[in-house]
Amino acid sequence: MKSFMANKTPYFFIAPALILLTVFSILPIFVALIISFTDLDLVGIADWSSISFVGFENYKEVVSDPIFLKSIFNTLFYVVIGVPLVIVCSLGIALLINFGKARIFKAFRVVFYMPSITNVVAVAVVWSYLYNPQLGLFNHLLELLNLPSVPWLQDPTMAKISLIALALWRAIGLNMIIFLAALQGIPKTYYEAAQLDGANNWQQMFKITIPLLRYAIFFVSITTMIGWLQFFEEPFVMTNGGPLDSTTSVALFIYRNGFQFSNFGYAAAGSFILFIAIIIITMIQFKLQKKGQDY
Amino acid sequence: MKVEVENKMKFNAVQKQSLSSSVKQERAQQWVAGIILTIGGLLVSIPFIWMILSAFKPESEVMQLTPTLLPQDFTLENFQNLFVNMNFALYLKNTLIIVLWSFVGLFLNAMAGYAFAKFEFKGRNKLFFLVLATMMIPGQVTMIPVYLILNQMQLTNTMAGIVLPGLVGAFGIFLFRQFMTTIPDELLEAARLDGASELRVFWQIVLPMAKPVMAVQGILTFIAGWNSFLWPLIIANDESLYTLSVGLQLLKGQYGGNFALQMAGSTFMVVPIIIIFILFQRYIIDGYTISGMK
Repeated sequence: MKSFMANKTPYFFIAPALILLTVFSILPIFVALIISFTDLDLVGIADWSSISFVGFENYKEVVSDPIFLKSIFNTLFYVVIGVPLVIVCSLGIALLINFGKARIFKAFRVVFYMPSITNVVAVAVVWSYLYNPQLGLFNHLLELLNLPSVPWLQDPTMAKISLIALALWRAIGLNMIIFLAALQGIPKTYYEAAQLDGANNWQQMFKITIPLLRYAIFFVSITTMIGWLQFFEEPFVMTNGGPLDSTTSVALFIYRNGFQFSNFGYAAAGSFILFIAIIIITMIQFKLQKKGQDY
Repeated sequence: MKVEVENKMKFNAVQKQSLSSSVKQERAQQWVAGIILTIGGLLVSIPFIWMILSAFKPESEVMQLTPTLLPQDFTLENFQNLFVNMNFALYLKNTLIIVLWSFVGLFLNAMAGYAFAKFEFKGRNKLFFLVLATMMIPGQVTMIPVYLILNQMQLTNTMAGIVLPGLVGAFGIFLFRQFMTTIPDELLEAARLDGASELRVFWQIVLPMAKPVMAVQGILTFIAGWNSFLWPLIIANDESLYTLSVGLQLLKGQYGGNFALQMAGSTFMVVPIIIIFILFQRYIIDGYTISGMK
């Protein structure tokens, strides 16, 4: 009896977590796949018999939807500008903090980390105020410097850049911490040896630090890239995709079709295209990383 | 002999000079790094500073075209309005309920992590791989089916529906497992020989030993629960279930022009988290090193 119980114990411990993960993470994948081939909408939820199987119709329609194409362009814009900015800024700050010897440098970790723990709605509300064309602080500061005011959220291209600035502000903290942890893992003896050979700070940075951080940089670039491909909350709260869908990301497109227009099948098809794109891009990055290691 | 001594002295002098100049250079570089970080830190803090200062300004002052840094006419009226004109007390209550539930989730994560770390059982590796695989699934793919599943379970517009989808997470289970593998088996065996039940072993030995990882996870769980936005927004139709962030989104829509009120709402959401973070920042920041994220 006791051994019977002992055999059951681990299952008892993992059961609650596994059941929840199955119902809310694994099962939904299959549900999403199935409904992406149907015309499920609000009527269909109430009455299952009205749902009909439409084959690849949703996929065909979504790839020719001009708003979907626009959202793909916008998402690529976010990724291409955002990912390098996040890596350069968080790495630069981590290097500066790691370089500092005084105690005050530790306090900077807290300052730069702070934006990443704050609520996205609160932050979006604050930044909308900062970006306000007449009353906002940013345009007021530009005015003090006698510079022309900027249509932060009104101009289609500028709006994308403004959202990137906000997301960059929130993304620096966590990645900075990852870089700092990696920096502390580099043995001091490497630097001592380099100093004996007369290497200056720049040489030490580019010959020792950056190469040894390669894995951390790779990790941050992968997670940041996946994050930006799913860019959602900032455009959702700040601009709701406007002006003229110039800030609509793929994720926002999916949300809007699913929850505002109740085209569940159509949105599910869009979400699978995003999923496949994420897998392909991640795989390409892993391939490139392997190639980089060879030489 | 004399030449040698002279040479040595010369050499020493040169070395001393270069040493003191390199010390000076080093000090200058430290100052430059400090100044750059201070400017960067100020830039990063501007939104917070402006938010807090504006929250204490009366509406008329916020609407001025030439704003002042400090409130001319310090007021708490905006915060009062949050509770009088808006239902912020209710939103706060709902948010705290969600935070409490997320601690239940934390406990479930710890349980699962413990079993994966300390028990041999059939299918362990496969199940653990399955858990890790759920980390790869983007939220946008599961968002709609999870809503449909909750709808089928009649859980839309209920607190259970808001809480359940995010209750457990693969990353938390993973961190607990990593940490709990370091707990010595002998300790658990000794407790079992003393007749402690499996639950008691977990509660009285494993959990106390997992304090460092508990601290990190606890704070992160609190922050995530406090900030939860998307599921409450999707699931709650009734205002009675709104959280602070959903309420703030509503406020942004209803009082779009009243920035003082909006800043007060944001301050009310952000400042408690900042205080908690500053109090416990060491656990969080060092926690990333503990969890081996190198």
